[in-house]
Amino acid sequence: MDFVNAIILLLNYIFVPALAYGSQLALGAIFVTLIYGILRFANFATGDMMSFGTMFTILFTWYFQSLGISLGVFPTALLAIPFAVIFMIGYMLLIDKFVFKYYRVNKSPPVQLAMVSIGVMFVTQAVVRIIIGPSDRRFFDGEKFIIKAGEFKEMTGLNEGLAIKSTQVLTIIVTLILVSTLFWFLNKTKTGKSMRAYSDNEDLALLSGIDPKKIVMITWVIAGILATIGGALYGLDKSFKPFTYFNNMLPIFAAAIVGGIGNPFGAFLGGYVIAFSEILLTYAYRKFFMYILPESMEPGGLVQLLSTDYKFAVSFSILVIVLLYRPSGIFKGKVL
Amino acid sequence: MRKNLNVIAAYSIMMGLIILVGIFQSWNIALSIFNLCLISAVMTMGANIQWGYAGLINFGIMGYTALGGLAAVLISVNPVQEAWSAGGSNILFSLFLIIGMVLAVRYVLNKYEKSKKRTYIIATIIILGIIIIRFVSEPGIEAIEEIEPAKTGFLGGLGLPIIFSWIVGALFAGGLAFVIGKVALGLRADYLAIATLLISEIVIAIIKHEDWLTRGVKNVIGLKRPAPYEVNLQQTDWFINLVEKFNSSKLNLITDFAERQAALNQFVIEGSSVFVKLCYSGLFLVVVIILLILTQKALYSPWGRMMRAIRDNEEAANAMGKNVVKQHLLIFVLGSAIVGIAGAMLVTQDGLFTPGSYRPMRYTFLIWVMVIVGGSGNNFGAILGGFAVWFLWIEAAPIGLYLVNLTTAGLDDTHALKVHLIESVPYFRFLMMGIGLLLIMRYRPKGILPEKIEIK
Repeated sequence: MDFVNAIILLLNYIFVPALAYGSQLALGAIFVTLIYGILRFANFATGDMMSFGTMFTILFTWYFQSLGISLGVFPTALLAIPFAVIFMIGYMLLIDKFVFKYYRVNKSPPVQLAMVSIGVMFVTQAVVRIIIGPSDRRFFDGEKFIIKAGEFKEMTGLNEGLAIKSTQVLTIIVTLILVSTLFWFLNKTKTGKSMRAYSDNEDLALLSGIDPKKIVMITWVIAGILATIGGALYGLDKSFKPFTYFNNMLPIFAAAIVGGIGNPFGAFLGGYVIAFSEILLTYAYRKFFMYILPESMEPGGLVQLLSTDYKFAVSFSILVIVLLYRPSGIFKGKVL
Repeated sequence: MRKNLNVIAAYSIMMGLIILVGIFQSWNIALSIFNLCLISAVMTMGANIQWGYAGLINFGIMGYTALGGLAAVLISVNPVQEAWSAGGSNILFSLFLIIGMVLAVRYVLNKYEKSKKRTYIIATIIILGIIIIRFVSEPGIEAIEEIEPAKTGFLGGLGLPIIFSWIVGALFAGGLAFVIGKVALGLRADYLAIATLLISEIVIAIIKHEDWLTRGVKNVIGLKRPAPYEVNLQQTDWFINLVEKFNSSKLNLITDFAERQAALNQFVIEGSSVFVKLCYSGLFLVVVIILLILTQKALYSPWGRMMRAIRDNEEAANAMGKNVVKQHLLIFVLGSAIVGIAGAMLVTQDGLFTPGSYRPMRYTFLIWVMVIVGGSGNNFGAILGGFAVWFLWIEAAPIGLYLVNLTTAGLDDTHALKVHLIESVPYFRFLMMGIGLLLIMRYRPKGILPEKIEIK
């Protein structure tokens, strides 16, 4: 029985939260990786673009709520996301037309494009803060838990409860659907294949008659979808605050690079690698050992490898180690 | 002379703007803007050396700034004797262990050929080392943090004049840069950017959470000053006389003695804070001028020529027998050390160290905007960028407010949109910075004062 308790404990505090957090990171990381693979620059505006999409989701959620529209047990935000995506894509295409296109046509070095993306970061951040303000906002409604800790305890008679939030399940399901559609698109459709070809070798792709304008446009469309949904899911699960989104850019970059930048599948897994290692290394295992070890061997301290203050530092350290020993990432990067 | 006309014009406009602030707002505000402009100028010079001279991208400026600030704390705060006796020995022993660990790793690296076995041995040494160090240091750290946590709770510093920290800050930042440069400089430009950004976040995390060393988010306040205190000045005779002399024309208009005395007091209070700020301005100006002379000399020296050659064509420079790796490391360390000086200056001026205030927007990206807007590769341009961008950053709120009032003039004062816009005036600075950066990058990619290399 103690053993089962220990497993439930780990599921409750490590596995489920890490899976949800990892999915959110994964969506962001695929966004980074797509931009890097096809437009060939590190987009420092990632976090703020995600917060921009989330902002629209929130605005639409408020609008629907004021109209009295709701989805019952599901959050209203699900209904708002498609509308937000449209606005987000519009914004991204606008930015591309007025900002990035010039440098792409002139074949500027990637560093310059990265600098330009910093300018976009400043502007996007300002727009988000001016429209919705810098404060913390929760926009979740509907049924909060699928399984409550107390109910689970009663049901199974165990000491440990397992609480699963509906946002966590939602995040995981939506991520799986979105990512599998994306991979199907990239691998099976003609447009997806031409995107991969363009990413692999631009000149050859152009020679074989692939239209670069179309590729770039589709990339921004996909990026808009990923950014909005990823941001909205994070906001539903935790809360929306522009500054947090800016900070999330860093683990997202870490995930993309750890997985091999330019490789969407690597980015997808990289998200989970980062999320799991952050949570595994900063969790206090005291209770876990109390269950599985006999009483005489119980540990005195918290049995925590690193204090939770260093949560971000964990992902950055992993990234630095990967960059130094395997710069192309766990899965060979730079092929889409 | 004519060649430098645009430099002179740009700087005159900048100084004119600051003087206008002094006349229309107050001299206090003008001087605090000026002081922070000088500090920003030091930072931009550091970033400019790396980016403009050598083409190295460093997004870790925040980390070096914070280390400079830490140096100010460690140099100037009086040592906390109880903390040293409670946990000092453990900390010192851990320090020796860390040094031992590094030496052991180096020994293994030198002694054995590169192989899987060597990697495993190094990993084992590091993991074992970390565990042992944690066991040794934990009781010490706990003991130190327990001593009067509301007032100290850390080891304190050396109790030296804070001005020494400007040099020590440079050493700290340079040391960190050496370590980072050793491991990360081989990376491609955009990877280097991301890696340095993340490493600077790690540095901030450590400073924030190692309370025994830095007091963490509890902040260190009331640091010593290199300048006199306002309260003391207000009671010094020569200062009161000086203020009286300066304002004699205004004071002579007042005939009533009591009123005259009250007015004088007011002038003295205002004057004292202006005087203190002027002292800082003087100190900072000396640093900026020394650094400017040194960097200008370096730029036109054979070494500067070599750096530009490396920047413009690494392979060719390498083929000419220049040691690219070594020079990159050198310039990375030098630039970071300059940023470290700026970090120490910043904490010196504020008189407090708040690890929570180090954010990448303010201390990394803003500095980059300064370098790019001002003109990378040109020291005068970088300094001008520091001045112009910082000036805009501060004055963006009043300008934004003015613009909002202008555009919404037709609306009622209680109109929801107007109220909302006025509330969000502080964020207009981000908008201005972003648009400014984008416009400069598009239409004047070399900055306001572009790099100009004359062959003498």
